[in-house]
Amino acid sequence: MIRGVVVVVALCGNPNTGKSTIFNCLTGLKQHTGNWPGKTVLSAQGHYQHHQVNHLAIDLPGTYSLHANSAEEEIARDFILQAQPDCTVIVVDATCLERNLNLALQVLALTKRAVICVNLMDEAQRKGIVVNVPELSRRLGVPVVGTSARSGSGLSELKDAVLDVARGDIETEPLVEANSYRCEPGLSQEECRDLITCNTVKHAESIAAAVVTLQSATPHAVDRKIDRILTGRLFGIPIMLALLGSVFWLTIAGANVPGELLATGLFRLEEHLSWLMTSLQSPPWLYGLIVTGVWRTLAWVISVMLPPMAIFFPLFTLLEDLGYLPRVAFNLDALFKRAGAHGKQALTMCMGFGCNAAGVIATRIIDSPRERLIATITNNFVPCNGRFPILIAMASMFMIGTGGHFASFWAALAVLLTVVLGVGITLVVSKLLAMTVLKGLPSSFTLELPPYRVPQIGTVLVRSLLDRTLFVLARAVAVAAPAGVVIWAMANITVGDVSLLNLAASSLDPLGRLMGLDGFILMAFILGMPANEIVIPLLIMSYLGANTMLELDSLDALRQLLLDNGWTWLTALCTMLFALNHFPCGTTLLTIRKETMSRKWTWVSFAVPTVTGIVVCVLVAQGARLLGLV
Amino acid sequence: MATNLSSLADMSVGQRGRVVVLKSCDAIRQRMLDFGLIVATTVEAVHVSPAGDPKAYSIRGAVIALRSEIARQVIVSLDD
Repeated sequence: MIRGVVVVVALCGNPNTGKSTIFNCLTGLKQHTGNWPGKTVLSAQGHYQHHQVNHLAIDLPGTYSLHANSAEEEIARDFILQAQPDCTVIVVDATCLERNLNLALQVLALTKRAVICVNLMDEAQRKGIVVNVPELSRRLGVPVVGTSARSGSGLSELKDAVLDVARGDIETEPLVEANSYRCEPGLSQEECRDLITCNTVKHAESIAAAVVTLQSATPHAVDRKIDRILTGRLFGIPIMLALLGSVFWLTIAGANVPGELLATGLFRLEEHLSWLMTSLQSPPWLYGLIVTGVWRTLAWVISVMLPPMAIFFPLFTLLEDLGYLPRVAFNLDALFKRAGAHGKQALTMCMGFGCNAAGVIATRIIDSPRERLIATITNNFVPCNGRFPILIAMASMFMIGTGGHFASFWAALAVLLTVVLGVGITLVVSKLLAMTVLKGLPSSFTLELPPYRVPQIGTVLVRSLLDRTLFVLARAVAVAAPAGVVIWAMANITVGDVSLLNLAASSLDPLGRLMGLDGFILMAFILGMPANEIVIPLLIMSYLGANTMLELDSLDALRQLLLDNGWTWLTALCTMLFALNHFPCGTTLLTIRKETMSRKWTWVSFAVPTVTGIVVCVLVAQGARLLGLV
Repeated sequence: MATNLSSLADMSVGQRGRVVVLKSCDAIRQRMLDFGLIVATTVEAVHVSPAGDPKAYSIRGAVIALRSEIARQVIVSLDD
């Protein structure tokens, strides 16, 4: 029963039961994979000790049943059946016990060694829902522990119960009415499944009726009232736009100061590094490679990427923790349905504004394979934090006409229109994908609107920083470091008198011109693949013929440099369009590869936005030239 | 009673009914059953999204949003 000293504990439960909060409480920060709370497909694992016994906890995906309807259900069922954990903790929601008991009964039909964890007892109490825990335990034949994971109450009792069951100190005898899970002869497979499910539902109903007491006839009245406003015809969309708009605004406005501080700090470190290398008498090429190549690229990526993510992710996680995000999917589903996509794609797109790699991971919340792939492939059409500065810089320099009082207004409008265009392209491309390559893949739509919950601000901060911010940053650093080497080599290795960079740029020039750009701009986007944050510094480096990345003191100086290199408003416009539509950055591609576990879909995700970008730019550039606008 | 039949999709907010037939098939049928939508289950339409579709239903204490093409497969007899 106990392998060595390790007790294997599996956690299963419906989505939105706080299962991952329990998991995090149990394991603390000792987890193998920093997967998303509640959206785990690849199950997260973590260790904890209780009474000097090592436990390995496995967070199975949240599922409604174990019928193997979806990949998640299959993972959960197979794990319980094949890995035979020493104890399976079935996490159920005290505020919605009846529906949750369904899964509990299915699990109890598979394993005897189980503990029921009735979570969200505090929420239930607030709603006047009383769960008779001893009676539930008597009726199910396994230990039942009431918990409020958010305040940590009940967790040590839960650990006790788990250890007791794993050791066999408690003899469990699940009271599963064996007959109700067997089929009568002569029934088809479908009729059989129907019968079993119906019996389970009825069984759950009768247990819930016996153990749940309602102190109010309408325990969820407050949630319904809030939802009538937040999903209502009148206020639903405006409130949603205001909420999401403020998240983006806070991210962009709040990131400037810490970004500059971070840049100053990291570039000061560069001086130390450079002093160190000089005193070690390293050869010039090695100095260049390490300091102006790898270090400078890393410093750039971190200082531009970290602050917006450290603001965006906690804010977004807060909305998620509140339970608001499913309402966004509910409000916008009609739009996505028309595009053959899932309403939850609205959420993965929102996440994409923060970081496309995080947006791709977020597609795990979409449970039908077709819609999930659509959301993955099209995520890059929303500009992330790294691309926003390009859009803003281009718009401020070239879209303001004669300047004046309305200058910043026009610039903001240009950026906004670009974003709207990105959303439009997302919907069109989603539709095309749904009709062509992804035709025939199964699809379904169901969306639970879970109760609103008081967010745990401290936990949100820590977990969003650990799970999202640092996770994405680590991947970005992993891609940026080798890219620093390539950039340095391109700028410093010369063939004859010409650097590799110039050589490559001039060979790209014809295509660039056709797209309203030039070879250097295309080259900057290609070399900027590790992180789009470095596209503009790369561009400045190439135009100045320098061999390291640079930033100019002011937008005016940058504008002059670009004008000197033949830029017009059309060049800026096409650069904005290409910034919106081009291959995903290295981090995102790596993430797509890991999430889809398919080379094919990674290539498709690379090709679809790239081809779109080339087509759009060529059409706009040639159209403008034909019309004589330039 | 029989004259009071409706599909979930045709219910207006605040209306309640009991499931009479579940016409959905395959995975969607199974998912509906997992939500507890078996015959005689009470369902109430609680919200409608700004575009009119999907609608959200209160099913055994949980609120589940269903698109119209899925909700149309669930036939209920409306309460008076």
